[in-house]
Amino acid sequence: MDVQDKIKKIEEQIEDTVKDIKTSKTLQEMKMRFLGKTGEISALLKNMRDVPPEQRPAMGKLLNALRQWTEEKFDSIESRLKELELKKRYSEEKIDVTMPAEISDDGAYHPNTLIRNELISIFSGMGFEIFEGPEIENDYYNFTALNTPKDHPARDMQDTFYLAEDLLLRTQTSAGQIRVMENKKPPIKILSPGKVYRSDDDATHSPMFSQMEGLVVDKGITLCDLKGMLDEFAKKIFGGGVKTRLRPSYFPFTEPSVEVDVSCFECGGNGCRLCKGTGWIEVLGAGMVNRRVLEGCGIDPDEYTGFAFGMGIERIAMLKYGINNMKLLFEGDTRFLKQFKD
Amino acid sequence: MKAPLSWLKDYVDIDVTAEELEKKLFDCGFEVEELIDLGKDISGVVVGEVLECEPVEGTHLSVCKVDCGKHGTFQICCGADNVKKGIKAPCALVGATVYATAKDHVTIEGVMTIKKGKLRGIESDGMLCSGAELGVNGDMFEGGDYCGLLILPNDCKNGEDVKPVLGLDDCIFDISVTANRPDCQSILGIAREVAAALNKPVKEPDYTYTAVSGKYENIKISDLAPELCPRYIGHYVSDVKIAPSPRWLKKKLALCGLRSISNVVDITNFVLLEMGQPMHAFDLRTLDGREIVVRRAKKGEKITTLDGNEFELNSENLVICDGKKPSALAGVMGGLDSEIKNDTKEVLFESAKFARDSVRKTARALGQHTDSSAIFEKGVNEYTTEKAMCRALHLIEELKCGTVTNLHVDVTTQYSNLTEKQMTVSIKKINALLGIEIPVTKITEILKNLNFKVNVNGDKMTLTVPPYREDIDGYPDIAEEIIRFYGYDNIQGTFLHSASITNGGFNDEQKAENKLKRILVGKGLYEISTYSFYSQKDLDTLHFASEANERKAIRILNPISEDLSIMRTTLAPSMINVIVRNLRRGNMNGKLFELAKVYIPEELPIKSFPEEKQRLCIGAWGEHRFFAVKGICESVASAFNTAFEYEPFEKPFLHPGMTAKITCDGEYIGYLGVLAPTVAEELALDRPVAIAELDYDKLTKHAKQFKYAPIPKHAEITRDLALVCGSDITCGQITKEIYAACKYVSEVKLFDVYVGAQIGENKKSMAFNVKFTPKDEPIDDRIDSFVKKILNNLKFKLNIELR
Repeated sequence: MDVQDKIKKIEEQIEDTVKDIKTSKTLQEMKMRFLGKTGEISALLKNMRDVPPEQRPAMGKLLNALRQWTEEKFDSIESRLKELELKKRYSEEKIDVTMPAEISDDGAYHPNTLIRNELISIFSGMGFEIFEGPEIENDYYNFTALNTPKDHPARDMQDTFYLAEDLLLRTQTSAGQIRVMENKKPPIKILSPGKVYRSDDDATHSPMFSQMEGLVVDKGITLCDLKGMLDEFAKKIFGGGVKTRLRPSYFPFTEPSVEVDVSCFECGGNGCRLCKGTGWIEVLGAGMVNRRVLEGCGIDPDEYTGFAFGMGIERIAMLKYGINNMKLLFEGDTRFLKQFKD
Repeated sequence: MKAPLSWLKDYVDIDVTAEELEKKLFDCGFEVEELIDLGKDISGVVVGEVLECEPVEGTHLSVCKVDCGKHGTFQICCGADNVKKGIKAPCALVGATVYATAKDHVTIEGVMTIKKGKLRGIESDGMLCSGAELGVNGDMFEGGDYCGLLILPNDCKNGEDVKPVLGLDDCIFDISVTANRPDCQSILGIAREVAAALNKPVKEPDYTYTAVSGKYENIKISDLAPELCPRYIGHYVSDVKIAPSPRWLKKKLALCGLRSISNVVDITNFVLLEMGQPMHAFDLRTLDGREIVVRRAKKGEKITTLDGNEFELNSENLVICDGKKPSALAGVMGGLDSEIKNDTKEVLFESAKFARDSVRKTARALGQHTDSSAIFEKGVNEYTTEKAMCRALHLIEELKCGTVTNLHVDVTTQYSNLTEKQMTVSIKKINALLGIEIPVTKITEILKNLNFKVNVNGDKMTLTVPPYREDIDGYPDIAEEIIRFYGYDNIQGTFLHSASITNGGFNDEQKAENKLKRILVGKGLYEISTYSFYSQKDLDTLHFASEANERKAIRILNPISEDLSIMRTTLAPSMINVIVRNLRRGNMNGKLFELAKVYIPEELPIKSFPEEKQRLCIGAWGEHRFFAVKGICESVASAFNTAFEYEPFEKPFLHPGMTAKITCDGEYIGYLGVLAPTVAEELALDRPVAIAELDYDKLTKHAKQFKYAPIPKHAEITRDLALVCGSDITCGQITKEIYAACKYVSEVKLFDVYVGAQIGENKKSMAFNVKFTPKDEPIDDRIDSFVKKILNNLKFKLNIELR
């Protein structure tokens, strides 16, 4: 058989077999059979030695053409097969995307931590440093230095837990202010968050709760500055439209003293259950730092003035998240805790 | 503080509604907690005249024709025994609301609406009412206590609303008074604020009386405890005629919730309400030696107070004695012996100032809290002490219940202070504190309305403080007086325009704390917060021995309950309580943490500030067990860029085979373990609980700054080593020895443990993945020698063979 016939035959065989190629495996086998080192086309090429030299160039051309034709043939089959196989794989691997996700459960911060951090970020942006004093205080820091001497009626406002004659669980974070003012000269802008304790236990009172106290002492500080800062605070924590209202009150360590209400963020001030129909919600106590307090800390009250404000973190959390019982905050029920997102 | 509107009107011309007044009081710092409308439940009740009254045979009923003026004439069936022709009584028309009373005709059981009805077949178009049905007692209105009809005066107009007739158109302000304003614990004090708020004058009560001189036997008063009684005034009233009080007086007391007793006693109570000065009246004949001695009680001395209770006293209690024995607990309650009786003829009135603290201590210690003690605890001022006596004597005269003599003893002591307080303040400074400019005319007007004497000279304002305002101390107080009437609405927010710039933000410790919490939350833990106190019982639950350090806890001297009585020394009991609560509520799995303080005393009972140490407690239950908690601990270590070592350990409440001591650089940091089955059983827990508690403060001291190290130039090489060792050899021991044997070892990881017959009895196989990190030179050709060294070391130290 001459070479051209052989070529022809191979071509026919190839045409014949490609029809049956359904898998990559058979394709590979066919490739080996025709294009492999010991394949049929290679065998023809090897036979070139037997071809007379003058015919060799023409034969070479023919064989190369055959090789190229074969390769192209297989390539096209290969790409067709790949496409098919991909399709098949896709359909096999298809998943129900509506099935539940695999979740590694998120943890959650305690609501107090969320509020505390939110408050800290608001006030630290205004230049406040954070100071945390001891929870066990003596009479001086908790009362006397805050202008609340022994027989002062304001002591009755807070039921104090005593640990010894002169040691008690602080009833207010204001105690820490004195420690700051004793050691630091104005300008002072501090924020003291922390636990405080009062002998009270019902749905809205807990024997332990957290407060956040702010203190500013500098030259020329006014009541208007207090109002301005609290306006800003209220907007940031309760939302843009919230207004504040000051009304007279009394704390021994501030004069004048004010109670600060925010317009109800639930009803916009029209009156609802949250604000008990008044349109206002009491959120914190504040005032201009009493001269005696400054004096006691060695700060000249004729040169410096200041303001202080204090709020209950749980109260803010309860208002903001709509928690109706303070006890929930201390029970540690995971169904409660998991709801709080940063 | 309860202030009836009608009573306030005695001193101020109030021309605004109760609601408007409530708002004015709120604005100037007196929050009205409740505005009580006396007649809020009564409606449609008018004056009715009984025109005809025929008894219904065989019943206690009468059928009446009642003329209700413009409302018409109605047939009403009435069962009262005092119904008769010609009387006037309150008539509830059909549709009216009145109180429903119980069978006793006194106890109010709710509000009812009157309907057209039939009694024993007789039509009745309304109801004639008793005092109780209208909420009126005998002190409020004559005959109000009678269980039959409330008979109205004949001059009432038929058909007229009965509310004004009975005083039910009144309302009572229940006002919250701040601790700095004891002067406002009185109707007059509130009236002064109302007057200032309305810009009107105050009509002061009448303090005048005429002292009758005569040959009276002298009365001696001595004050032996001036520090507890700075001022004591006594006045002798003779020819006393004890009788019921007049209607107006009874009614005023009734509005404030006090029962009328007798004229003299009512006068003292009236003055207490009106002036805020508790007074006392002694029956002089019971005072031995016609003498008053104010002194501290002797230890063991006894007194029976007028409520019949006997108390044993000590030197903390101030008593008012006669020549021999205690006659009253100063400022708290009078003695039974010296109380005013119906045949009392001579009275000694007392008006005094007692120290706040002394009265408070006595009232608390003896559990005797009275209207009087409440006021003394808040504080009285001597100006009022004097005025109140005058007022009481005026009332004696007005009520004609005795002769006001000229026997007046006023004991002032070195603790007494009556000097008029004057102060000069700078208007500029006041405005500077407030941050606004208030016109001087406005300033003076407000202060004058508050009874300050004001003299302005340029910026200087000289003030005479009203004698009852002991709270006024400096210019900020004046600023407050001004702004609370000028209005806080005028305070406009500014933003610290004159303040210096300061740097804010967290310090390093707070940042570390935040980071730790962030990591724990990222690991799926919920943060909890629990009380800082618990009880010894909580420590019992965890089987702490009586001499354990955890037992050395600070006790609260006045705990709310025994459950919350000691300051915690470990967070574990709180964490376990929370886990128990969760499991009982069906929360079957969970991971929690708490970062909080424990309180470690230097000695007990404590004398100095204890150490407050931060602890981190991690708890997990259900599907999260020992190694889950250990993994969290590892994350904590990594957060501080340090490493923990673990070794077997024991804790009374933890499983002895599942507890580890955690150390860092050789220092004890905490523990980790699984709740002992005994404890779990006692707590009825059916799911495993694992817990770790770390000393956070110590841990932070081991925190290391991370340091960048260049990545190795040469590839790291790992080798797996399957080892056979004794079954009691720990992973930690092997790991340690592998590290010790070769300085190129950078990581040792256990990946398999196998126990079985192939290995042999009391033996186990542990397979480790050991990573070698080259330093400057490649180590490929030295690995085999490293492994050999490691194996030799393991063989030598722990008798371990390669499998």
